[in-house]
Amino acid sequence: MKVAVIVFPGSNCDRDMHHVLTDVFHLKSQLVWHTDELPKNIDAIVLPGGFSYGDRLRAGVIAAHSPIIKDVKKMAEKGMPILGVCNGFQILVESGLLPGALLKNTSLNFMCKWTEIIVKNNKTPFTNKLKLDQRIPIAIANGEGRYYADDKTLALLKKNNQIVFTYAEEVNGASLGIAGISNKAGNVVGMMPHPERSAEQIINPNNSKPASLIFESLLNTLGVTA
Amino acid sequence: MSLTPQESEYLEKKIGRKPNPLELQIVAAEWSEHCSYKSSKKHLKILPKEGKRVISGPGYDSGVLDVGDGYVVTVHIESHNHPSAVEPYGGAATGVGGVIRDILSAGTRPIAILDGLRFGDIQKDKHAQWLFKNAVRGIADYGNCLGIPTIGGEIEFDKCFTNYALVDVASIGFGKKENLIQNKAEKGDYVVLIGGSTGRDGIGGSQFASDKLEAENRSAVQIPDPFIEKLVIEVILEARNQKCIKAMKDLGGGGLSCAISETADALGVGIELDLSLVHKREQNMSPSELMISESQERMLVITDLKKLGTLKKICEKFRVPYSVIGRVKKDTLMEVKLDKNTVAKLPSQIVANAPLLDRPSSKPKYLNNIEKIKKPKTPKDLSQTLLKMLSNPNIASKQWVYTQYDHEVGIRTVVKPGSDGSVLRLDNGKFLAAKIDGNSKHCYINPRDGVIGCFDEACRNIICTGAKPIGMVDHLQFGNPEDPEIFWTFKESVQAITDYAKYFEIPCVGGKVSLYNETDEGPIKPTPLIGVLGLIEKKPLISQKIQDGDLIVMLGTTKDELGGSEYYEYIHDLVGGKCPVVEMKSSKKTQDGVLDIISKGLVKVVHDCSKGGLAVAVSKLCIQNDIGCKVSLDKIPSEKLLVDELLFSESHSRFLLVIKPQDEKKIISILKQKGITHARIGVFSGKNITFQEKSSVVVRVRVDKAQEKWLNSLGGLVTHG
Repeated sequence: MKVAVIVFPGSNCDRDMHHVLTDVFHLKSQLVWHTDELPKNIDAIVLPGGFSYGDRLRAGVIAAHSPIIKDVKKMAEKGMPILGVCNGFQILVESGLLPGALLKNTSLNFMCKWTEIIVKNNKTPFTNKLKLDQRIPIAIANGEGRYYADDKTLALLKKNNQIVFTYAEEVNGASLGIAGISNKAGNVVGMMPHPERSAEQIINPNNSKPASLIFESLLNTLGVTA
Repeated sequence: MSLTPQESEYLEKKIGRKPNPLELQIVAAEWSEHCSYKSSKKHLKILPKEGKRVISGPGYDSGVLDVGDGYVVTVHIESHNHPSAVEPYGGAATGVGGVIRDILSAGTRPIAILDGLRFGDIQKDKHAQWLFKNAVRGIADYGNCLGIPTIGGEIEFDKCFTNYALVDVASIGFGKKENLIQNKAEKGDYVVLIGGSTGRDGIGGSQFASDKLEAENRSAVQIPDPFIEKLVIEVILEARNQKCIKAMKDLGGGGLSCAISETADALGVGIELDLSLVHKREQNMSPSELMISESQERMLVITDLKKLGTLKKICEKFRVPYSVIGRVKKDTLMEVKLDKNTVAKLPSQIVANAPLLDRPSSKPKYLNNIEKIKKPKTPKDLSQTLLKMLSNPNIASKQWVYTQYDHEVGIRTVVKPGSDGSVLRLDNGKFLAAKIDGNSKHCYINPRDGVIGCFDEACRNIICTGAKPIGMVDHLQFGNPEDPEIFWTFKESVQAITDYAKYFEIPCVGGKVSLYNETDEGPIKPTPLIGVLGLIEKKPLISQKIQDGDLIVMLGTTKDELGGSEYYEYIHDLVGGKCPVVEMKSSKKTQDGVLDIISKGLVKVVHDCSKGGLAVAVSKLCIQNDIGCKVSLDKIPSEKLLVDELLFSESHSRFLLVIKPQDEKKIISILKQKGITHARIGVFSGKNITFQEKSSVVVRVRVDKAQEKWLNSLGGLVTHG
């Protein structure tokens, strides 16, 4: 079982994600440069956080045109579990794999802090070990993290059970307090908060167990017994 | 800007002819105060640089410390004061970029940033607010984009910084000892310029920084591009892994002039370069513009023929521009060509080593009377005074600042900003603690005791995390060194740092001097900054939640030392009095004792007692833990003091320990046995922060009220101001 962590120019959470996948959850993971082809034998894809292309033009928009995104789209269609975190979420949105947009936080500032999110869909490949409405203490760090979609899209998200996480407190003015969503099929999930920063007790000042269940869900999905 | 008549004469004598205009420009950049340390170098020699963990090598731009198991930590500190005072966003951002490249130069990955910021009175001064807001944003945008966490720092506001800014940035690197760049070169090796293109920004920046800030010289300010810096970091580290780098230097102050001459001098070789090969972003740049441009995000790498191809491939993978600009020669000359024609040819040893100066110094006259003051009247309502102290921008929570910095990326940050010292986990299972401290108010009143206090405070902050100090860096910021009184304060500070470092056996592994920090109103107060690194072999002390019934034990003696205190200056607008003095012997004993108690796992929290004194230190514990306390002032080990003095004195070498009641006996007996001055001064409980003398209450403040003031005051000033 192998997870590809895609590295774009300016990605900066790629090594953190790789560390958590391999050293903490003992999954084989491989860093894949954005101009390389996606390896054949992978079972899941993670788009990590960072500032791909320095957030120029709009966060994630240039990376969404990277050569590897074509392969990612193919795998998404085939139902492969794909997770985008922070800038990875922005790239998924910009590439059209997820609906909506990510705007500047209402504070107009970059925000790095600990908060809590609530599980709203525990059927995705990344949430199936979590309970519905379970709270996850988690780190956020972004400047353009405010999820926005028009009313029609929001209604569809609700109808199709595509809202995966919401914030437990008002954080950045996101529509419906959305912290993470999935595609209609549920296999592609994007989230602004950083599970890789929250799944180890030594780093998480609150409780690392719920965030670690995001990774254990992936293990579960891939048929690896945790 | 150019050389002084004496310097010109010296140069002509050394090279045996008149330099041409380009050569003169090159030498003037390198002999600027900023690059050459010509005023300070002689005096810095006294700092102790040896230690069992110190690894030194030729041409290192950062200090290197061995942390065991084949790993090293690197550290460096720099400032970007003049540029930040003109253009705070770009100045502060490029300040981050510059120090990061110093860490990279050693062959280590930058893993943390700390920053020290100083501005005028932001409560009244809109310009100071603007400088502050934009410097913070500059640091945030740059550091966040690089994915290097900003894990701590300190901020001070003082009228002496009106229309000015001190922006100090320290960076920490981590890597394998075997990957350290060896800095060797042989004849025929290639000189490669990697990274951002060269343009007309930062022209003469080092000379701009070596003079009083008189005119706003915007062309001297560099333009930041964190995206390319991030790519340069990855290129350099991959090139390091593939053994493509024989020697390396970052391009900072003085641009190519400085990088070429210093590299050639440090390696004992000659370098020939052709300016027509440099990749540029502007047309028709003159040789002198190319030689002294301080365009950012550039690294100079020396490689050999065997590895040149690999190095090029790595640059191409990341699409980072590069140009092979020259070759290493057997002689020791730096020869600058434009196409085939030699346009400058100088001995690099001469260029890289400015004639040093013996500046006169004399004790400032103001110091004679500064300690003599009439004590202020004790305010009637000390509860109100405490609330005012908590909303003082120098004391209030800095969360508005550090929440804009990504302080988690890299997933090493174990103890986060807002604590005494910050702690990072290292790959060998150990932990590194870091803190920078400065205090211009204390240093103004007594340059010697002031800076020793900063050093002691930085050490105490490190100790609070359970770390043992292993190395320090200093950043010495003063006004015009040509003024003997200012130069005296500089010399005093260096001697004081030396004395403390020797006594505590903490080697100085790096530092920087920034002079000519002057405003329209005159020189800044002496503002040396001390950064201390500490190592934790087993596990750090992570503060535990304080509960009802937990006790406060205070270590150290509170004295009549309120000169330069926030209480005197902020509440009474009084500059003067006696500033706190560190007794090294008892301070060492206390520090060692605290580390011992932490290692035994007996304490819940250890907190340093400094700015704002005991009242502020206790309030912070209450605020952060949402609990009240009752403290008896009569129990505090002290000289005979007034109530307000007990509350707000900033005497050094004091700690607060928070302990469970059942551990009291054990701890007290350890403290007694070690001969450490101590007392149990109070207990946590209820919803009020209460200080009483005998049975009468002198301060009673609701925790939620204190919280509101402390948490929101700084952000409120900037967001609504």
